[in-house]
Amino acid sequence: MAQVRLSGIAKTFGKVTALDAMDLVIDDGELVCLLGPSGSGKSTLLRIIGGFETPSAGAIAIDGVDVTGLPPERRPTAMVFQSHALWSHMTVHGNIAFGLKLRRLPKSEIRDRVERVLDLVGLAGYGGRLPSQLSGGQQQRVALARSLVIEPKILLLDEPFASLDQHLRERLRDEVRDIQQRLGITAVFVTHGQDEALAISDRIVVLADGRMQQVGRPGEIYAEPKTAFVAGFIGAMNMLDGLLADGEIAASGLRLAAEGSGPARLAIRPEDIALSEPADGRAATVRRMIDFGAHVVIDSALADGTHLRIQTDKAIRVAPGERIGIRVDRWTVFTEDGEPRRYRSDTLRSFRDVRYA
Amino acid sequence: MTDLAVLSGAGKRVRRAAVDWTGIAFLAGLAVVILLPLIVTAVWAFAEVWRFPAIVPQRMGLGYWQDTLSRNDVWTALWLSLGITTTVTAISAAICFPAAYAFARLDFPGRNLLFLAFLSVQAFPKFGLIVATATIFLTLHLVGTFWGVVLIQLVGTLLYMIWIPVSAFQGVDRRLEEAARDVGATPMRVFWSITLPQALPTLFAAILITFVSTFYETDAAWLIGLPNVRTMPMVMISFINNALEVQYGAVLFVFLWVPSFLLMLAARRVMGADAFARGLGG
Ligand SMILES: Nc1ncnc2c1ncn2[C@@H]1O[C@H](COP(=O)(O)OP(=O)(O)OP(=O)(O)O)[C@@H](O)[C@H]1O
Ligand SMILES: [Mg+2]
Repeated sequence: MAQVRLSGIAKTFGKVTALDAMDLVIDDGELVCLLGPSGSGKSTLLRIIGGFETPSAGAIAIDGVDVTGLPPERRPTAMVFQSHALWSHMTVHGNIAFGLKLRRLPKSEIRDRVERVLDLVGLAGYGGRLPSQLSGGQQQRVALARSLVIEPKILLLDEPFASLDQHLRERLRDEVRDIQQRLGITAVFVTHGQDEALAISDRIVVLADGRMQQVGRPGEIYAEPKTAFVAGFIGAMNMLDGLLADGEIAASGLRLAAEGSGPARLAIRPEDIALSEPADGRAATVRRMIDFGAHVVIDSALADGTHLRIQTDKAIRVAPGERIGIRVDRWTVFTEDGEPRRYRSDTLRSFRDVRYA
Repeated sequence: MTDLAVLSGAGKRVRRAAVDWTGIAFLAGLAVVILLPLIVTAVWAFAEVWRFPAIVPQRMGLGYWQDTLSRNDVWTALWLSLGITTTVTAISAAICFPAAYAFARLDFPGRNLLFLAFLSVQAFPKFGLIVATATIFLTLHLVGTFWGVVLIQLVGTLLYMIWIPVSAFQGVDRRLEEAARDVGATPMRVFWSITLPQALPTLFAAILITFVSTFYETDAAWLIGLPNVRTMPMVMISFINNALEVQYGAVLFVFLWVPSFLLMLAARRVMGADAFARGLGG
């Protein structure tokens, strides 16, 4: 029903390039998260889709219709702002009904639809209140209701829950996902929380410096980051500067098998490291142990003092200063040019050997 | 139990000790400077005999109220003043509010220069400006006419009627307007349904300030208005200058002060004190 196609979108503000060469197709009914650090162009991209900014180059089409030149009021999009942007001089009902009144719907229908959408966001009976008489979470729900009631084809959310505490944020984002799937609308969700992105999206678009770094399903982005930036940005990751030579990468005293030559970056997830007997090129010193209950994280130092984060079994106990051996199960090597190379240690295979023996 | 009681008692003592003496001193100073003249004038309005050494009047009564309020020139001046003030405020709002919106929201070439030009009127020595205008008005036969006074007083209102509304419009969050566009409102509709209502309390404050200050304006009214157009303040001044009793002036003072004070109070209630604060650069 509603597919968004961005072709060659770029946006500059004076000398600042906020977005560059964006090509992206968002499918009907899909929830796509725009994820990236502050200033990476997430809001700019969302505002371009919503019609609040005109791209400096490129075109945007919704369901095959070019909407590049259309103002926001003539696009089938609806935006939920970070600051909720409710109109303080209108009641909750007035806020939600505004868009319907503009469409000159009969009074009874407006009332029905407002009540239905209030029900949908869990605020039945709140219509008579002023926005200032609601909590932050309720205000965001009203903002969501105001966008949903006009039945947009595409819902745009710009860090809608960033100002709320974590519990509420998690609950609301799950509700948004739920509502989005029930109504079958296409949604673009801006966030700089990777947990949020991993939790709710069909696909994630990782942005950095106005460029798309990678587009993919959450698991894919986590397991197979395409660039060193994505590797470091999504999930916990140890990023070490190393040197490739003689079929090995050497980084901070750690040595692992890898092909190629020259400088490279070595990426290892904390959960891909296990403890073992100390050996040459496979040792670290414990700095601190953090017990998370479900698992244990060891902050350790490599030979040259570089931090190495290890996530391991909750039964493990180590003391600061203790020397530990490490066994790396998976690692990725990023070079300046060329595809990243992923490696797995043969210990995995030996584990399987044990099982099938 | 007793322990707790002692503790809470101690807590109270600490709080009571933290009296803000500086604040009280300031307040007392302000009271002397502002309230004392007010009180003295108010007492004068009801004093029929009050000679020098006495601290309170020898005889009080409403005699002077009758005298003052039965004078024809007082009532003529009052209606005239209200007429001029209302006209000035209405025209000023009609000119300044759209201009303020343009300054606040649009980015056009020469914007800052024009804004400065508006405000710079206030930077001239006001009296000099009025004298200069008077010479021009003479040749235009505007001196001593209703519209002459309206025109010159209009100039005096520009500062507040531009400055306060500009910050009122700037204070309206852009995202409120964008949210309205988003659900389908045209720019015109956004202005009427969102921007204007949001800015209204502060705009109202600007109107009020303009109304009151125009009503009591003297310089322009004197130079351009007299002798044909005698506004209320002119009548008050003439009472004082012609060495009629002090009481005439005092009665008019109380007579005019009470309604404008009540108006201010009502305004504060309706729009909250922050509308004024916001208007003045908050
Ligand atoms: N109106 C503007 N004028 C000038 N520069 C702008 C404007 N809007 C955005 N930028 C610039 O464009 C870049 C991208 O901004 P954008 O707001 O899209 O980032 P973001 O990813 O949403 O960041 P955040 O997570 O902090 O919200 C930034 O460098 C920003 O300074
Ligand atoms: Mg942003």
